[in-house]
Amino acid sequence: MSAFTPFQSIAATRRLLRSGEITPLELIEGLESRIASLDPQIGAYLGRDLETAKIAAASADLSKPLGGIPIGIKDAINVKGQPTQSASRILEGYIAPFDATVVERLREAGAIPFGRMNMDEFAMGSSTENSSFYPTHNPWDLNRIPGGSSGGSAAAISSGTALATLGSDTGGSIRQPAALCGCVGLKPTYGRVSRYGLIAFASSLDQIGPLTSTVEDSGLILNAMAGHDPHDSTSLELPDEDFTAEIGRDLKGLRIGIPKEYFVDGMEPGVRSAVDAAIKQIVSLGAEPVEISLPHTEYAVAVYYIIATAEASANLARFDGVRYGRRSKEAKDLLSLYQKTRAEGFGREVKRRIILGTYVLSSGYYDAYYLRAQKVRTLIRRDFEQAFSKVDAIISPTSPETAFRLGEKTDDPLKMYLADIFTIATNLAGICGMSLPCGFSTRDGVELPVGLQLLGRPFGESRLLRIGHAYEQSTEWHKRHPLLA
Amino acid sequence: MAEPSPASQTPHHKIDVPYLARLARLEVTPEEVEIFGGQLGRILDHVEQMNKLDISGIEPTAHAITVFDVIREDVVEESLPKATMLGNAPHNANGLFVVPKVLD
Repeated sequence: MSAFTPFQSIAATRRLLRSGEITPLELIEGLESRIASLDPQIGAYLGRDLETAKIAAASADLSKPLGGIPIGIKDAINVKGQPTQSASRILEGYIAPFDATVVERLREAGAIPFGRMNMDEFAMGSSTENSSFYPTHNPWDLNRIPGGSSGGSAAAISSGTALATLGSDTGGSIRQPAALCGCVGLKPTYGRVSRYGLIAFASSLDQIGPLTSTVEDSGLILNAMAGHDPHDSTSLELPDEDFTAEIGRDLKGLRIGIPKEYFVDGMEPGVRSAVDAAIKQIVSLGAEPVEISLPHTEYAVAVYYIIATAEASANLARFDGVRYGRRSKEAKDLLSLYQKTRAEGFGREVKRRIILGTYVLSSGYYDAYYLRAQKVRTLIRRDFEQAFSKVDAIISPTSPETAFRLGEKTDDPLKMYLADIFTIATNLAGICGMSLPCGFSTRDGVELPVGLQLLGRPFGESRLLRIGHAYEQSTEWHKRHPLLA
Repeated sequence: MAEPSPASQTPHHKIDVPYLARLARLEVTPEEVEIFGGQLGRILDHVEQMNKLDISGIEPTAHAITVFDVIREDVVEESLPKATMLGNAPHNANGLFVVPKVLD
C-alpha cells in the first residue's frame, strides 16, 4: 500500500517527505501509477522520464526548499538530455543539450523534473488542440478542451497526476488553462523569471510561471525560479524576495480595482455570478472595492495579434532544417530545403501566424500595423499604471467562458483569439497576474470550473499571493476535484 | 466585447499569401492560400479598429519593462561542446552543418 495520495499541495507533501511518511521514490511511483491509469484519456503528458526521476529521488535532499518534489515541465522548456519539441513536428529528434535556467534553479532547490507537458504547438493556441501530437482533454469533462497553450500543465494538476508544473504565458497561456481546469496559475512580471531555455514565441511577452493546486505552492515555485540570469538580459536584478512572506496576512486596507470594461455583456452567466460572489467574498475579508477603468481594453486582442505574430515570425525563422530538428527529404536546393522543411514541420496555426507576422512587418505595412500596435500598447500600459496608482490589485474573470468543446473553435481562429480577451492586456503591460478557482458554472448541463483573475503591479507578486491565498483559504473551491476513473 | 463577423463573410482585407509565404520561406498549398487568405483578411478587419485611436505623440512600447544597455564582462566562458550541438543537426560532417549545394 503506497503512502501516495493525489491532490496534496507541495507544502503538505514537503511535510510528509520530511517526516518520513512518504519517500521521494514512493511519491514518483505514486504519480507514475496514477498517470498510467488516468493520462491515456487526458493526454496531459507527451513523455516522462521516470528512470532519471527515480535516480534523482533516491538522492533527494529533503532539507532543500523543494527537496524531492516532482515537477512537470511544459514541452517548450529545455530539460537536458530530454526531447523538447514545443509540441511541434519541426523539432522531431531534438534532444535538449542544456537545462533552461528555470529547470537548473528548480534542480538546485531540490525539485525533480520528470515529465513533458502537452501544449499548443509553439504555445500558439488557447485549447491545446494545436499540439502536433494529440489534444489534451479537460479532466472535468473529457469532451472539452483544457484551455491553452499550457493545457497539459493545467490538466495534470486538476487530474492529480502532478503536484506542480511549469507553463509559459504569452497572452494568457498559464492563466486561461488554470481557469478552465480549476487550478492556480501564476504569470510573473515580465523580467522576473529568466526565459533562457524557453523556446521563444514572442520575446517581449513570454514569461514562465507555475501551475499548482494552491496559491502558496505557486509562491514556493516562484521562490526557486525568480531572479536575474546573465543568459537573459531582460531578467532583472532585484533584491531577493520570499514571495510567500505576505501569505497569511489579512486584506484590511487593500484596495481592489474592478475594471468596468471586464464586466460586459456576452460573458457566460455562470462565470459572471461566480466572479461577483468572489468579489463580495474578498470585500468581506476586509478589502475595499474601487471601480476603475481600463479604457483601451477593447484594442488588446488586435494589438496582441500584431505584436505577437511579428515577434513569432522572426523567432521561428531559426527552424530551417539545418541546425536541429527535422529536414525535408524532398529538398532539391537550399531554398526548397527551407520551404519544404517548414511546410512539413509547422502546423496550420503556426503557419497562419508566421504569415500574419511577416505581413505586419513587411515593407509598406510596418507603420500601419506594427508601429501603430506598439503605440497602442503604450496606451494599454498607461491604463494599468493609472489604475495601480489607485488600487493594490485588479480583479476580473480570467476567461469570459468556461471550457468549450473540442473542435468548437478550430475553424475560426478569430473566435479562438477572442477567448483570451481578459488575459492578453496583462502581457502587453508586462504586469503580473494569476488565476485561481472561484466556483463553477453549469454549461450544457455540466459543472465546469471558473477562474478568478488577480492582476498586480509590476513586481507585486507577493501582494497578489497574499490576496489570492486569503480568498482561497476562505473558500472550498480548491478542494474540489473531478471524478475520474 | 466586439463579436467577430461570421467566418463565412468575405473580408474587406485582401492579403497576398503566396508572396508572404515566399518571404517567410514557407511552402503553401493552393488550399492553404485560400483558407489563410480568408482567415487573415478577417483578422485584419478586426485589427482595423486600432485606427479609431488618436496616437499622435505617443511613443511606441517595444518592451513593457524598460531595460537599458545590459552588458556583461567581456570574458570568454565555456560553451556547449561542438559535438553536442552538431548532434542535433539532421546532417553534419567534419564538424560542420551540411546543406545542399548553394552555388553551381
